[in-house]
Amino acid sequence: MEWETVIGLEIHTQLATQSKIFSGASTAYGAEPNTQACAVDLGLPGVLPVLNEETVRLAVIFGMAIEAHIAPYSVFARKNYFYPDLPKGYQISQMDHPIVGQGHLDIEVEGVTKRIGITRAHLEEDAGKSLHESFHGLTGIDLNRAGTPLLEIVSEPDMRSAKEAVAYMRKLYELVRYLGICDGNMQEGSFRCDANVSVRPKGQSTFGTRAEIKNINSFKFVEKAINHEVERQIELIENGGKVVQETRLYDSVKDETRSMRSKEEANDYRYFPDPDLLPVLIDEAFKAQIKAHLPELPQAKKLRFKTDYQLDEESATILTTSRPLADYFEATLKASQSEPRLCANWITGDLSAALNKAGLEITDSPISDERLAGLLKRISDNTISGKIAKQVFEVLWQSPATADEIIAEQGLKQITDTGAIEAIIDKIIADNQGQVEQYRSGKDKVFAFFVGQVMKEMKGKANPAEVNKLLKNKLQG
Amino acid sequence: MSLTANDVTQIAHLARLGIDKQDIDSYAKDLSGILDLMTQMSELNTDHVDPMAHPMDQVQRLRVDTISEPNNREKFMSIAPQTEAGLYLVPKVIE
Amino acid sequence: MHTKSLTELAHGLRSGEFSSVELTQHFLKRIKQHQDLNAYITVTEETALQNAIVADARIANGQSTALTGIPIAQKDIFCTLDIKTSCGSKILDNFIAPYNATVVEKFNLAGAVLLGKLNMDEFAMGSSNETSYYGAVKNPWNINTVPGGSSGGSGAAVAARLAACATGTDTGGSIRQPAAHCGITGLKPTYGRVSRYGMIAYASSLDQGGPMARSAEDVAILLQTMAGFDPKDSTSVDLSVPDYSAGLNNPLAGLKIGLPKEFFSNDLNSDMAATLETAINEYRKLGAEVKEVSMPNLRLAIPAYYVIAPAECSANLSRFDGVRFGYRCENPVDLTDLYTRSRGEGFGKEVKRRILMGTYALSTGYYDAYYVKAQKIRRLISDDFKMALTEVDVIMGPVTPTPAFGIGEKIADPIEMYLSDIYTIAINLAGLPALSIPAGFINGLPVGLQIIGNYFSEDRLLNIAHQYQQVTDWHQHTPKGFE
Repeated sequence: MEWETVIGLEIHTQLATQSKIFSGASTAYGAEPNTQACAVDLGLPGVLPVLNEETVRLAVIFGMAIEAHIAPYSVFARKNYFYPDLPKGYQISQMDHPIVGQGHLDIEVEGVTKRIGITRAHLEEDAGKSLHESFHGLTGIDLNRAGTPLLEIVSEPDMRSAKEAVAYMRKLYELVRYLGICDGNMQEGSFRCDANVSVRPKGQSTFGTRAEIKNINSFKFVEKAINHEVERQIELIENGGKVVQETRLYDSVKDETRSMRSKEEANDYRYFPDPDLLPVLIDEAFKAQIKAHLPELPQAKKLRFKTDYQLDEESATILTTSRPLADYFEATLKASQSEPRLCANWITGDLSAALNKAGLEITDSPISDERLAGLLKRISDNTISGKIAKQVFEVLWQSPATADEIIAEQGLKQITDTGAIEAIIDKIIADNQGQVEQYRSGKDKVFAFFVGQVMKEMKGKANPAEVNKLLKNKLQG
Repeated sequence: MSLTANDVTQIAHLARLGIDKQDIDSYAKDLSGILDLMTQMSELNTDHVDPMAHPMDQVQRLRVDTISEPNNREKFMSIAPQTEAGLYLVPKVIE
Repeated sequence: MHTKSLTELAHGLRSGEFSSVELTQHFLKRIKQHQDLNAYITVTEETALQNAIVADARIANGQSTALTGIPIAQKDIFCTLDIKTSCGSKILDNFIAPYNATVVEKFNLAGAVLLGKLNMDEFAMGSSNETSYYGAVKNPWNINTVPGGSSGGSGAAVAARLAACATGTDTGGSIRQPAAHCGITGLKPTYGRVSRYGMIAYASSLDQGGPMARSAEDVAILLQTMAGFDPKDSTSVDLSVPDYSAGLNNPLAGLKIGLPKEFFSNDLNSDMAATLETAINEYRKLGAEVKEVSMPNLRLAIPAYYVIAPAECSANLSRFDGVRFGYRCENPVDLTDLYTRSRGEGFGKEVKRRILMGTYALSTGYYDAYYVKAQKIRRLISDDFKMALTEVDVIMGPVTPTPAFGIGEKIADPIEMYLSDIYTIAINLAGLPALSIPAGFINGLPVGLQIIGNYFSEDRLLNIAHQYQQVTDWHQHTPKGFE
């Protein structure tokens, strides 16, 4: 039988705020255990939550970016269950009235664009962490993460392959980083994914029973976990078994999913509106204010780069996948006043290659936009040739000097003085009469030999266009 | 409406609430009595009534995103039943 | 000294008639003498004397407030820094609060002296103070009767003059009912008027802290300190606080009083009805007009309340899990055992009953039938009050169906106990302010008159109560043996 895979993703995005969603404790990662868990985070008797304004703003920004309905009225609810990393015995989340309603995200897989529906996105608090290394057979609880703001983004079951799921996850990842609402640090758990996976015979319209794979924290593992789970389900059904609705955990070491029986037993979360919090009202003025400061979205930026700067599809795509890269490009372009394509080529070419090699992000680039612009200026005004520019680039990467300083220091300034070039050409013609004969008898290829000789003699500093022009005149006699 | 001993046991488990075996029947009886009281509510048609979660028609106030809470771990941990290395200890959590 | 009003005490302190240390020692002595009432869970003698020394210095510097140097006691539901805060429960018997409730902070700023923490029903769940882990409080008017609950320790302490005044909290009548049973004045403010931060939650959408004292005049002084916006409480209302003492003497001529016919039906005990009628006649003499009003949905207040309050409490009390504070069972074998036994051994029977009830009401399949339905009825009841309060200025009625009942009389029958809240519960559902004032005696036990006003009309309620206390002396009576 032919099977079809159905996937929906729930993605937990940690929002980039200073303080927690309901308390004034810091959200910074990596502190000593429980030093960032205040009375509210610990759920001490008598404490109360107060909502962080920034979380609302960031959620609305996200909602606008996926063209979703922003709920004018949203409500926090308590999700009740007992777990040691959940101090209050309930998680404050949103159930019936999430802050962000129906929206969508377009993905591209193998050149085909597909629209993935986003059911909703809601605000909630993160739980703490259980540390399982042995404390005399006990588990240690660190509540620093408890209360960190999360935006849970729930997709429709619109994906039909692990590849689509990964494409969606990547696109969403790029988007939240682009919007600046999440730092995107996946190792630190800032962007986590649960996958709902089911299979059904091709052509069947109803969904099969799904399993939920929890906490998959890398793109690679999402693909592997889903593929593994799909295989498991198909095998199970083909052998006469039935898929049970359950929570499974992906084990990246063994590359398999296994049932989390401990979390399975009769969960009844008993959601109800949190009486400690009041409804969140978002009015038109609040939305307008956010809209006015909304960063340009990747799609719009790409289009603008293509039309305004005449960039090709590939360069425009690369430059707009990350906001810092796009900003770097535009800052460099502005400072250098150079031709946009030249600027784009340098950034997507030499600079990207060097960053990749060094394992650096654009934000950590040793060459600032200003210093790169200094280099492009000198290329544009013919002070140096493209070849010399590569030499200058190497030095820019190593030292804090500006392009002008390097050019001056190393005497790399291009020679445009025709007299000086002519003198060299005359000398070379005189020394290589045999090749002159060949050229004059129609062997055009010899021309390159002369160019090479001239450039060699001038240590690459001659303007190649000028050399070509003068050489041609002289050789033709 | 009446609750059985089995119902009470299930609810108690959901609430992680230990109750003595010999008390289960009396809880079942008490809760059934309270539920009988509740049935009065169904006499009233409330189809077009909005549920009221708060006494005041107020809106959530928002807090400015600043860090206001310093580290107070020592004080908080001094009242905990069992701690070590800055962590709260609990029986082993099996995933 | 213990018979003086707060104003008289403040005057005595400022004039040098007595010092705060002397006053504090006097109350501490009385507390010791009358330990058998069981009004206090914790007496903070050392703190009290330190507070008193600081207060005396402050008074000497001329920097005193109306409460500087005045010995007060807090219901043991308010978190007090470095002082045991038990909420009347075994599960918090070892809980030394690491922070102050906003209310406590405000009293500290005012320079009040903390005598100790008052007994209460466990987690404020009860109408008789018999559910306390620390044992029942006795009513000073008759030690075989209950002082009411859940702020029973507060009621008894003020009535027996074991504190100049006290705080209480009211979720379904827990200030007004003990005030009535103990013959004192107690005010439940409008929901949101007094910060809930640091007040251990029972039912968050109903809980409200408030003052308990001998007279409306004293209550006004206390409320002045307790009320006000708190950024730490999302449900706190950002509204300026009026001067509660300023209007106490306003005349009542033209006041419109509504008497809900549902409160004065044949079900009301005839002695109670007669006592209340006498009180209302006093108001007629003061120039008030009295008319009947109707609030048809009031009869459903008890069922609605006993869904909403347990539902909220079932979640509020989940944090008591033996992990970060409070009682932990011995040698838990696994997590479930840790939770189940710590909570099973730490909570008393009434608390368990309400957690079970609330858990059930919120569980799948019952949520709409119980919780949502109760919230709808809550709106109807609230609308009834709103409607009635367009016709009249205040609503008056009984606080309790009978005067204080005997210790042990109702504790075995939870429903019987719940029904004793029949006149107070609806007010919490609506979030309105209401107070209880002493209005007479039946068989030597005090009877309370309830006055319910519109949102944020505490100043008006206090004015109405004060005018009555100018023409009657019920609030001046002291139980025998406590003079």
